[in-house]
Amino acid sequence: MYPGNFTYHSPETIEEAIGLLEQYGSEAKLLAGGHSLVPMMKLRLVDSAHLIDLKKLRSRLSYIKKEDGRVAIGALTTHHQVEASELLQAKAPLLAEAASVIGDVQVRNMGTFGGSLAHADPAADHPAAVLALEAELVAQGSGGRRTVAAEDFFLGLFSTALEPPEVLVEVGFSALPTGTGSCYLKYPHPASGYAVCGVAALITRDGNGNCSRCRIGITGISDGPYRARAVEAQLEGQAVSSELIAEASQKATDRIEPLEDFFADADYRVSLAATYVRRALATAWERAG
Amino acid sequence: MATKFFGARVKRREDPRLITGTAEYTDDISLTGMLYAAFVRSPHAHARIRSVDLEAARAAPGVVAAFSGKDLKDKVNPLPTAWLVPDSNLKTPPHPALALDTVRYVGDGVVVIVAEDRYQAEDATELVKVDYEILEPVVNSESAVQEGAPVVHEEAQDNVAFDWNIGGGDLDQAFADSDGVFKIRLLNQRLIPNAIEPRGCVAEYNSGSGKLTLRLTSQNPHIHRLLLSGVLNVPEHKLRIVAPEIGGGFGSKIAVYADEAVVAFCAMQTGKAVKWVETRRENYVSTTHGRDHITDLEAAYRQDGKILGLKVKTYANMGAYLSTAAPGVPTWLYGLMLSGVYDIPAIQCQVLGVLTHTTPTDAYRGAGRPEATYVLERVMDLLATELDLDIVEIRRRNFIQKEQFPHTVAMGISYDSGDYELTLGRCLEMLGYEAFRAEQAEARKEGRHLGLGLSTYAEMCGLGPSQVVGSTGFQGGLWESGLVRVHPTGKVTLMTGTNPHGQGEETTFAQMVGDLFGIPIEDVDVVHGDTDLIPMGMGTYGSRGTAVGGIALYQAAHKVIDKARKIAAHQIEAREDDLVFENGSFQVKGSPDKSLSFQDVALQAYLAWNLPEGLEPGLEAQAFYDPNNFVFPFGAHACIVEVDSETGQTKILRYVAVDDCGRVINPLIVDGQIQGGIAQGIAQALYEFAYYDESGQLLSASLMDYAVPKASQIPRFELDRTETPSPVNPLGLKGIGEAGTIASTVAVVNAVVDALSPYGIIHIDMPLTPPRVWQAIRQAERR
Amino acid sequence: MQKMPIEIRVNGTTYQREVEPRLLLVHFLRDALGLTGTHVGCDTSNCGACTVTLNGLAVKSCTLFAVQADGDDITTVEGLATGEQLHPIQEAFWEEHGLQCGYCTPGFMLAAVQLLKRNPGPTEGEIRHALEGNLCRCTGYQHIVNAVQSAARKMREAAAS
Repeated sequence: MYPGNFTYHSPETIEEAIGLLEQYGSEAKLLAGGHSLVPMMKLRLVDSAHLIDLKKLRSRLSYIKKEDGRVAIGALTTHHQVEASELLQAKAPLLAEAASVIGDVQVRNMGTFGGSLAHADPAADHPAAVLALEAELVAQGSGGRRTVAAEDFFLGLFSTALEPPEVLVEVGFSALPTGTGSCYLKYPHPASGYAVCGVAALITRDGNGNCSRCRIGITGISDGPYRARAVEAQLEGQAVSSELIAEASQKATDRIEPLEDFFADADYRVSLAATYVRRALATAWERAG
Repeated sequence: MATKFFGARVKRREDPRLITGTAEYTDDISLTGMLYAAFVRSPHAHARIRSVDLEAARAAPGVVAAFSGKDLKDKVNPLPTAWLVPDSNLKTPPHPALALDTVRYVGDGVVVIVAEDRYQAEDATELVKVDYEILEPVVNSESAVQEGAPVVHEEAQDNVAFDWNIGGGDLDQAFADSDGVFKIRLLNQRLIPNAIEPRGCVAEYNSGSGKLTLRLTSQNPHIHRLLLSGVLNVPEHKLRIVAPEIGGGFGSKIAVYADEAVVAFCAMQTGKAVKWVETRRENYVSTTHGRDHITDLEAAYRQDGKILGLKVKTYANMGAYLSTAAPGVPTWLYGLMLSGVYDIPAIQCQVLGVLTHTTPTDAYRGAGRPEATYVLERVMDLLATELDLDIVEIRRRNFIQKEQFPHTVAMGISYDSGDYELTLGRCLEMLGYEAFRAEQAEARKEGRHLGLGLSTYAEMCGLGPSQVVGSTGFQGGLWESGLVRVHPTGKVTLMTGTNPHGQGEETTFAQMVGDLFGIPIEDVDVVHGDTDLIPMGMGTYGSRGTAVGGIALYQAAHKVIDKARKIAAHQIEAREDDLVFENGSFQVKGSPDKSLSFQDVALQAYLAWNLPEGLEPGLEAQAFYDPNNFVFPFGAHACIVEVDSETGQTKILRYVAVDDCGRVINPLIVDGQIQGGIAQGIAQALYEFAYYDESGQLLSASLMDYAVPKASQIPRFELDRTETPSPVNPLGLKGIGEAGTIASTVAVVNAVVDALSPYGIIHIDMPLTPPRVWQAIRQAERR
Repeated sequence: MQKMPIEIRVNGTTYQREVEPRLLLVHFLRDALGLTGTHVGCDTSNCGACTVTLNGLAVKSCTLFAVQADGDDITTVEGLATGEQLHPIQEAFWEEHGLQCGYCTPGFMLAAVQLLKRNPGPTEGEIRHALEGNLCRCTGYQHIVNAVQSAARKMREAAAS
């Protein structure tokens, strides 16, 4: 409850923030919403000599916009802003749905979209949705900006493709094809509210009633979020039926090492993932129609 | 008495300060020059302390002092156990306030740091070097009594702190007469109380007067004073305990804790006020836990569903030390209630109180009675399944009947009053029992798993008659004190030895006395929680506040009325017998113009210009009320759930509760007590468990891991009440603080098991988390 | 550690103080300003006892450093009432017996105020979802839900008149 000492920085620009990261290296941590970092500092699980608060970058990195068939979300956009965005509710309801079940109201008011992705908690919600959307994450470093595909971004437990001193600044994705339905279905841990299993499903129905495209991101099951490609492959190009969805969903944890803890063992997570994939797909398919 | 307030849904009088942020909890207290304490606690379940190095910590910025166990030797005595259960070969190994050479659980206090601010104190804890030799721990109570298990205390080589046996009726005969014997093992998991306000203490010592003042989170300040006086070698009259606003207790603020004594010691050593408030992380390991029973049960039954005898053996995990009231909880408060609402001719019960390398357990809401109810109500359903009887019918066949009251059960205690059919009938009516069974059958055809759980309960509360509790080894009486002070203007201050901390007695006591005196409740204030102000009292727990503390005030108020009547009669020159006291006025029968108001009498009592000869001035009275029996509230709870067999998730669809706590002073408050209690019981059934790994680490050590339920995880409750007055006290009151918790846990478990009966599942141990329910279904499918 | 000057507006009053960067906002409110109505119940940002509003948003003041709130506007439980006039949510908690020990209550009321601002007519389910960031051990939540419903009614009526 009583964090250790640190020096506080509140840069005015992204460049300044990157400069501070460069200067202090592993001694520094970025503070976005702080709802993962501050609790760890209070328990003294994280001790950082320099804290770089991105608060003053909010005016520039907090936005949700649509341009040229792409949706772009600034990294400092809060979960609540994502949840309440009319643009997202229309263009990518998957994200709004995922945001609405993160933590609690207070957390959603402070916690940020980019902060959550960069923290890469294996049970966070947004990574699953970002994977399903095949989003691109924009990292800015001292040499400028680069784009990382979502699937290349998450490297496992609290680990991402961000190279210090890079800062995640934006997440973008292409507008979804018409006829796409989505669903984020989550079983929250009864205490923490993090996902024991979270499934982000996108499915597109073509003119013949077949599945033309399917994307599934899963969180909470393994040490990092992942795409359930085996499930996707079994559905794409097929006439969708509840039997097919059920059969495909059994592959939700193909080639995945499930997490175990005292609350839920691996067998349970495997079973839950299959059930939740099936249910999320069924709902998404219904919404696609 | 006129009942203007009694029975009315009066808004609480304690609320204005609580909703405006002006209430003062322990952590809100700030004294001049105050220092802050932080503890270094053992990270190991069992280890020998080779050395403690405080040098770096003492040199850290802001640090004023640092002490280890050695520094306390001969200055702070071991913590006492105050419920010395007799005839049980009880062993009470010494419990030093800071560990001396051995740590016995994760969280055991090793060092205290005192610094100028709390952050600095925390910084310094990281500089303390403790060299531990790690030893093998034992955390499970059954494992601990096995040959060769690690020994927790030298004084108890077998780790058995007590072996308590009690019985009533002829069990051999019962088994001989039975048509069958049903055996099962039932686990009642360990829980962590989680009052939202952590424990804390502000200690202040005046070396000139020798007075030590402790403001601390206590449900029973006088018990704290008595016991800490011995621990700290401070005479009782030099020790003042103040319990400020208390943010919930649920039993966890009854015990006298080591850290409280250590903080007092720090104030005495430094000459400065010292504050310590535990962090939640600390709370998880250093505040007492509850429950943790392993029970082997045999029930001898007749084919018609009648239970003839119960044989119960329970391993009760006491943790590393015997906390203040701990031995009484799994023994008397559990064993005596093994009849529940049933007429069971013979019961035998053995309880082994087992020492382990875990946080000590003690009272937690219900304390023993939820465990007993759990055993009985599970057995009822198990037998109903075994004999293919209806769950309502089997209960009815075993009920103690209305005409049997007062009724002495096999264990020898006498139930005051009850009408179990009344609450059950009303509950089933609200529920629509038959209609639900039809709905359930339909749902099953669709592959949906609906279930209904019942719990019919009685509890023993209003603790309690002193002579009886004395015979159980409780080191005190359980009477209560009440002082009624009428001021010259007729305003009234009530002082109670109970210490309400959410139960609303500042309101209910004012309602009761307002009616007795015929004055507005705004004219009555209730003061509690300060040993320098309040006559010796026993505190708030065991659903005793109103049924015992309230009656003490009732009796004191009558003494006041008796004296006021003498003064009034004298002043209006009438005979006392000719006076009626109504609506706050003494009047001569038939001559309403000859009267004197309560306020006028109060003034006259203090002016003392014209009092009856020999009558002392003043208008106040005190009473010590010692009840002649416990009181036995009862009721019937029913829960309807739907279980998702694919995920193991349970959803409570309905929860109906009909309770009878005798006469009710404030229905709004009683509803609140019941609702809160039910939620806490549901929490045990579905969500909460303290999980230790084999190395003795508590893995469920935060609110991220231990699921105190949120608003979205608790259903709306449908409540009703019946009123069967208790003959024990003049107001017919019983208690209601624990009833909801006692009843609800097993109602939920029974419902889930009922939902899963198509799988042949007859029992699942708590908590019924989705993974555990899922596992049970998978195992059943494999069979 | 070097202290930093901050300026924070709390309940309509602007305070300037020098604080260590590591000082949590809740400790700033309680210890530096003496506003002890905001409570601390946990260290993992779960219990919500420390909830205040920051620029109109409900936040957990134990999960922010005071320096992060430099220049911001905060309302605590002490700022809910207008003079002697209780806020409708305070009245409703009182009338509906929405509290017992009272420790979690300030946080619940501030979270409820946030909810009613966004959703003036919430359903019971929406109320329970919106209060997931606050834990109460005493009430079983039913009277809290009733209180929020009652406050919502009152506030809608007041807005309509």
